Amino acid sequence: MSARFTTRQVGDVTVIDAVGRITLGEGSALLRETVKNLVVAGNRKLLMNLGDVSYIDSSGVGELVYSYTTVTSQQGQFKLLNLNKRVEDLLQLTKLYTVFEVHDDETRAVRSFS
Amino acid sequence: MTGSTDTLFASNLASVDAAEAMVVESAADLGFDEDARMDLGLAIREAMVNAVAHGNAYSPDKQVRLLLAVGTGSIRVTIIDQGEGFDLNQVPDPTRGENLLRESGRGLLLMQAFVDEFSVKRSAQGGAEVVLVKYASETGR
Repeated sequence: MSARFTTRQVGDVTVIDAVGRITLGEGSALLRETVKNLVVAGNRKLLMNLGDVSYIDSSGVGELVYSYTTVTSQQGQFKLLNLNKRVEDLLQLTKLYTVFEVHDDETRAVRSFS
Repeated sequence: MTGSTDTLFASNLASVDAAEAMVVESAADLGFDEDARMDLGLAIREAMVNAVAHGNAYSPDKQVRLLLAVGTGSIRVTIIDQGEGFDLNQVPDPTRGENLLRESGRGLLLMQAFVDEFSVKRSAQGGAEVVLVKYASETGR
């Protein structure tokens, strides 16, 4: 299953619900386009919900980094929500846990945005 | 089920998916559990992307050769591209602070992490030759 990204507003936080596989090609390109469009539209508080992401490769990890740098370079915040064990392991392995703020509860995650 | 296959793939992203599916199917036949299949699949995917994108630069004139050897309790995959090869020691460590925010450069790290044996060398033709071995159980480590 390729990736799908849908967005919804929770207060002033934009939640991106990701589903499927984020891998080189369609999945990673779609994520880039989604985040780019949100930032261009003025959204600066993005919460990426990865709860339904079954698989992510190094390109997908790279797109999360792109998302983070794109949003923070515009004085915004980009955070992650609901990592499964595999994605969590990937972030540990790549040491990106030290970069991303990760939450496992949406309400608390939304409240954490300043 | 043991045996070996020798397959040539075009240098495109469809080949990455096809190679991953082929190896994961063999792993399932051999009785690898789901985690082991996903680990192996991810390592194959990263090695194929490396070969297709970095080695062969998506050239329609170049191919990626995949040798799959299924033993009793292990799978050995050799992926050979027609690029210029690379020196593993010259690849920047993506976990170092100055590299953390790079968008690429993590494929080799993932390959090494998700198989039990990993090696890379220049093939006789000059391209990169990556060998990945995964055992059906932790006893192979």
